[in-house]
Amino acid sequence: MKLKVIACIGFFLVVLIISCQSDQEIEFKRYYSAGSLTYQIHCQNCHGVNGEGLNNLIPPLTDSVFLKTNKTVVACFIKFGLKEKITISGKSFNEKMPPNDLPPIEIANVLTYVTNSFGNKLGTINEQQVESYLSKCK
Amino acid sequence: MKKLFGAMVIVLLWSACKFNNTKTLPIYGNRQAETKVVNGQTVTDTVYQTIPPFKFVNQYGDSISEKNLDGKIYVADFFFTSCPSICPVMQRNMLNVYNAFKGGGDVKILSYTIDPKYDSVPILKKYADKLGVAGNTWWFLQGKKDDTYRIAEKNYLVAVSKDSTVAGGYVHQGYFVLIDKEKRVRGSYDGTNQEQVAQLIADIKTLQTEPVTETTK
Ligand code: HEC
Repeated sequence: MKLKVIACIGFFLVVLIISCQSDQEIEFKRYYSAGSLTYQIHCQNCHGVNGEGLNNLIPPLTDSVFLKTNKTVVACFIKFGLKEKITISGKSFNEKMPPNDLPPIEIANVLTYVTNSFGNKLGTINEQQVESYLSKCK
Repeated sequence: MKKLFGAMVIVLLWSACKFNNTKTLPIYGNRQAETKVVNGQTVTDTVYQTIPPFKFVNQYGDSISEKNLDGKIYVADFFFTSCPSICPVMQRNMLNVYNAFKGGGDVKILSYTIDPKYDSVPILKKYADKLGVAGNTWWFLQGKKDDTYRIAEKNYLVAVSKDSTVAGGYVHQGYFVLIDKEKRVRGSYDGTNQEQVAQLIADIKTLQTEPVTETTK
C-alpha cells in the first residue's frame, strides 16, 4: 500500500516536472541536442571531443570570455571561415579555419551546443539571432 | 563436490594457458623461401618483404634514410599540413604514441607529407613546433611525390591493401603502419580511431620484447 502511494506521488512529480519545463528550456534542449550531432560531424575532428583543440594548431573552445565577447561574430567564423590572428586562453593562433556553409538553423544548433559545453554557459543562440548575426558579417 | 573441483581445474588450466600465451604479431607482405648452405648443411629461410632504401628530408633539414632506422621500431603515416579533414584526429592520436615513447630511443614516428610542394622544410618545422613535437622521436618527412606514393603503396600499405577490397586511395585514409626492427610491416591501424591507436601502443611494447632474428643478415 505504502509503495503504491510513493509510486503515485513519484509519477505525479515526474509529470509535473515535465509539464513545468518552460518553453525556453525545451527550446534550449532541442538546439543543444541537435547541435551535439552537428558538432560531431563538422567540428569534432579539429576541435576535439571535449573542445580541447590541438596544441598551437587548433584553438580550444573552452575560452568562455572569448566566446561571450565574440558571440555576434562566431556565426560568421563558421559560415565564412577564419584566418585572423586570435588569442584564446592566453595563446595566440594564426591559423586557418575553413568555411562551413551550414544553414542558419544548424549554426544556431552547433553554437548553442558549443557555448553550453566544455565549461561554457551562455544559453540558447537561436535561429533568428544567427540570421541577424550573419547579415552583419564583414 | 567432485564436479566443482573438476570445474575449478578446468578454469585454472584455461587461465594458465591464457597467461602463458604471449602474443606475436603477424608479418605482412610477400615472402620467399631462400635456400642457402650454412656449414655444409642446406637450410631454408623465409625471407620477408622489407621497407626498401629511401631518402627523405626531415623538419630540421637533415637527410633521413632507412639507415637512420636500423634496429628501430617505427610507425609511419601519410599526411599534409594543410589537411582539414582527418589529419587533426590522426595527429591527436599520434601524439599519444609520441608521448608514450618519446623518452626512449628505440621507437620513432615518420610522417610523410603527400604535399611536398607546399610542405617545405620550414613549413614542416613550424607545424611540428605548433604540434608540440621536439627532438628526434617524430620526423616529418618531405621527398619527391612519386617516391612517397611508391613507398606508400608498394611497401607500407601492403597490410592494408591485402585486407581490403577497395582499390587505391589508402594513402589518404589515415593508416598508421607499424614497422619492426628488421624493417618488416607488422600491423596497420586506423589512425582516426583511438582504440586502434591504443592497440598500436600495446603492439609496439610487444615488439620491443621481441628478439631480433639474425637469419636474414
Ligand atoms: C579544419 C579544422 C576546423 C574545423 C573543421 C572547425 N574549426 Fe573552428 N577553428 C579552427 C582553427 C584552425 C581556428 C583558429 C583560426 C585562426 O587562427 O584564425 C578555429 C577557430 C574557431 C573558433 C574561434 C576560436 C575559439 O577557439 O573559440 C570557434 C568558435 C570555432 N573555431 C568553432 C568551430 C565550430 C563550431 C566548428 C564546426 C561547425 C568548427 N570550428 C570547425 C579549425 C577548425
